[in-house]
Amino acid sequence: MKQYILKRLGLSVITVFLVAVIVFFLTHILPGNVARQYLGRGATEEDLVEFRRVFGLDKPLLSQLFIWIKDLLQGDLGTSMQYRGPVADLLLPAIGYSSKLAGVAFFLIVPISIFGGVIAAMNRGKKIDRVITVGGLSAAVIPEFVWAIVLVLTVGVTFQIFPVTAFPEEGNRGVLNQIWHLILPSISLLLVLFGYIARIARAGVIEALESDYMRTAVLKGLSRKKAVTKHVLRNALLPTIAVIASQVPYLIGGLIAVEIVFNYPGFGTILKGAVDARDYAVLQSGVIISSLVIVGFQLIADILFALLNPRIRQKVSE
Amino acid sequence: MSETPTLELRNLEVAYTVRGIDRQVLRDVSFSIAPGEAYGFVGESGCGKSTAAFAAMRYLPRNGKITGGSILFEGNNIVDMSDGQVSDLRRSAISMVYQNPATALNPTIRVGDQVAEVFQLNGVSKSDALAMAEQALTRVQIADPIQVLRRYAHQLSGGMAQRVVIAMALASNPRLLVMDEPTTGLDATVEAEVLDLVRELRRDTGTAVLFISHNLGVIRHMCDRVGVLYAGALVEQGATADLFNNPSHPYTVGLLRCIPRGGLHKSTDRLDTIPGTPPALGTKFDGCVFAARCALAEDKCQSSQPQMVTIKGNHVARCFLSDKASSLPRSAEQIEFASQSATTAHEVGETLLNVSHLSKVFTQDGHQVRVINDVSLTLGVGETLGLVGESGSGKTTIAKLVLGLTAPEEGGVVSLDGKGLAKTLNRRDVHDVGAMQIVFQNPDQALNRRHSVTRIVGRAVERLRSFSVSESIDRAHELLSGMRVEATLHSARPVQLSGGLKQRVAISRAFAGAPQIVVCDEPTSALDVSVQAAILNLLVDLQKQDKTSFIFISHDLGVVRYISDRIAVLYLGRVVEFGSSQRVFNGPFHPYTEALLSSVPNFDGSIRKRIPLTGVVPSPSNPPSGCVLNPRCPRKAGSGYETLCETEEPNLTEVEPGHFMRCHIPVAKLKQLQS
Ligand SMILES: Nc1ncnc2c1ncn2[C@@H]1O[C@H](COP(=O)(O)OP(=O)(O)OP(=O)(O)O)[C@@H](O)[C@H]1O
Ligand code: SF4
Ligand code: SF4
Ligand SMILES: [Mg+2]
Repeated sequence: MKQYILKRLGLSVITVFLVAVIVFFLTHILPGNVARQYLGRGATEEDLVEFRRVFGLDKPLLSQLFIWIKDLLQGDLGTSMQYRGPVADLLLPAIGYSSKLAGVAFFLIVPISIFGGVIAAMNRGKKIDRVITVGGLSAAVIPEFVWAIVLVLTVGVTFQIFPVTAFPEEGNRGVLNQIWHLILPSISLLLVLFGYIARIARAGVIEALESDYMRTAVLKGLSRKKAVTKHVLRNALLPTIAVIASQVPYLIGGLIAVEIVFNYPGFGTILKGAVDARDYAVLQSGVIISSLVIVGFQLIADILFALLNPRIRQKVSE
Repeated sequence: MSETPTLELRNLEVAYTVRGIDRQVLRDVSFSIAPGEAYGFVGESGCGKSTAAFAAMRYLPRNGKITGGSILFEGNNIVDMSDGQVSDLRRSAISMVYQNPATALNPTIRVGDQVAEVFQLNGVSKSDALAMAEQALTRVQIADPIQVLRRYAHQLSGGMAQRVVIAMALASNPRLLVMDEPTTGLDATVEAEVLDLVRELRRDTGTAVLFISHNLGVIRHMCDRVGVLYAGALVEQGATADLFNNPSHPYTVGLLRCIPRGGLHKSTDRLDTIPGTPPALGTKFDGCVFAARCALAEDKCQSSQPQMVTIKGNHVARCFLSDKASSLPRSAEQIEFASQSATTAHEVGETLLNVSHLSKVFTQDGHQVRVINDVSLTLGVGETLGLVGESGSGKTTIAKLVLGLTAPEEGGVVSLDGKGLAKTLNRRDVHDVGAMQIVFQNPDQALNRRHSVTRIVGRAVERLRSFSVSESIDRAHELLSGMRVEATLHSARPVQLSGGLKQRVAISRAFAGAPQIVVCDEPTSALDVSVQAAILNLLVDLQKQDKTSFIFISHDLGVVRYISDRIAVLYLGRVVEFGSSQRVFNGPFHPYTEALLSSVPNFDGSIRKRIPLTGVVPSPSNPPSGCVLNPRCPRKAGSGYETLCETEEPNLTEVEPGHFMRCHIPVAKLKQLQS
């Protein structure tokens, strides 16, 4: 098992490293004179040279890459060209905010979606099944930001049930209030992801319900309800976990869109600002951090999957 | 006879709803099982055996429903019971074991917890339940129960898993045990052990059993009484010996004649078949359900339904002409053959294929596993070579090596017509590829389901014989018609065909390149006996016509004996015996062959002494020293060769002309021990 984790960890590190190299070259090969863009038409040749020297753009490409990675490893995310300050100062608080939103969203999405899937599977072919599956898939067709806008206009503005901003005012930032403000953005994410997760959970439960071991359980004399909780759920939810992890990139993508609509000072909002301003240092770090998160979740999902599944657990511990 | 039966079905009718329409599966089925009695159900696939079994547990598929009649368990109708009452019954009085033990156990829960669950359901505490689970496993003769309790399902062999499932079923001391194909898919030797176990347990517990199997030999050995199902109707029923010795329904007669029973051989006997196919689900009948396929059918059979008539004692048959059943005419093909066989006596030509010193090593989890060890064989023109052995003995791997689907180790040579062949398929030329073809067990997986039958065969012709498209289509039609696939089906897709027809298409494709050798890997194992008989007949005809040679792999020794000229018996990747079909089946036997043959439940009812193989097949990654059979060998002890057996591997030596064996005991001594 240890070996398996180490192997997966190694693969993850390689993945992130490759992402870093690719991102670096993409941002450096993009056309346009960075210094000129930042300093404007009026800048003198000396100004440009000075700018390049400060940001290390005068060195050969490979040594730039080397320095950048070395700094990254030491936790130095570089200097924002736009704000002329450390990228870390900009990104870290934003990441904190985004994590809060992602956390609230996750705790809302996962149980609700799985529950929906299980209910649909148990009532296969009945009305409630159709409502959940068709409803879930239809909701997923509409992008997060549209849902966000719709929700803001209805639940927020018209009915005034939830606040329309995601961030409470100064002096009123208690935990509960913060969560309260994050519910509406989370719901817009839920609406998009519910369909996928519920469908996978439903398929897993149906497969397990039709399995021979479920039949064995019922023929042993377990009541249906007990057979489902003891024999079906664990087997059914295994594949669901893997799918949820694979949805993390979408969650991050959705997060960015929703943050912008709700004007929430998270990672997405900062990243969007960086794109608008062509702030490469921020962009690069942002991409690296996103890939770390995605790879990290994949890793956790794989390990969880192995832990829950004796067949794989045994194989990997051999 | 006033005792209340343990199980009684009265006029049971069951239907499945398919596309909104109720289709009848069981028609007016009535029978009863007395306490302690073993009742067997036989019949072709789809006749409703499993449906009846699951109905008895009141566990029908979601779209199945009981549309009439009653199911009485000790006099109480379980059709009317509440779900809770039925659960109570399943907990305490009735249990079921079915095919495929590996999937019957939950993959993520330890075996011990699953067995213990049964006791817990009856109110025992968890720790007591685990102790009782250990006893339960001991009862089914699992050697190391504590160890096994801690395992997961995938860590058990098929036989072991079935023992666990049986332990679970017996845990509640049921008064009725329903077994649906409990040994189908297990090796003959494992099957024999499981059947021995069931018989012993039954003797100890007096449990009544409803036993379902498509294997008539198994039924004959296990059951007191037998019922024959056809199209969901019980057509004959009686004490086992009566029914087998004096079958009185034309369907039963036909079924028994299809089986390649002991002593029949292709050179002298043609197998009977039952013409036609079973009716589709939900077919309605005005007359006898079997009329469409019955050679005795008369006008009244079409228009009115026969009632059960008594043959003798409790032996009954549902046929107007039951007294004539035994004179059922043999199938038409038979007559045609009888006149032919006089002129074309079967003969084996000179050597066509020469396989020498084949070995194969697989790397598995970093270990080197020698699955095939120095195998040498020959195959003559127009000859059939049978390969037999338990699962894992290397039968399929040898076939793959011959075909070039996998490359042998250094030193192994496959030569055809005296010419050495390239090791792998992609380095063989079109002629060599076309010369050797294969037919698999499962035609579903082997045929492209998107293509029509003609296209499937036509493409093979095109590729192997470089015909033009239109020529290959003509040739495909010819081949298919030759295999008796009717012209109306030539544009069908595989899904529209029955299993037997699909296998005919697969055989047609194998013959597309006019092969010299066709490898048949369990070609009839997934088919009903009547379909199997037709396919075997077809293969024999093709061999006579074209002098095709076959390598024939089957776990069914009766089939191998019928079709083979020579047989190689494999154990752990080695040939342990090789000789004519006659010799291998009549002895003197290699100790392994002897044990293998004795494990087959004989369908004619003759009792053969079981020579058990103790223990399990060792892993090829760690073969025993000396003779690989020695830890399990039934003849080693007391032979005087024990030390030799344990230290030195015997060579394959010619013990009689054309008869090879790998054993230290001299053949004369073996003969003496075996007489
Ligand atoms: N859930 C279902 N819905 C519709 N038809 C079904 C269903 N289950 C079985 N059948 C059909 O009912 C008939 C009887 O099936 P059953 O499984 O009882 O046969 P069987 O005798 O056990 O066959 P086998 O030897 O293949 O196990 C077959 O035609 C089968 O295709
Ligand atoms: S009743 Fe007629 S059709 Fe039916 S089995 Fe008897 S002879 Fe054949
Ligand atoms: S050599 Fe010994 S162990 Fe091997 S088969 Fe012969 S008697 Fe048995
Ligand atoms: Mg069945």
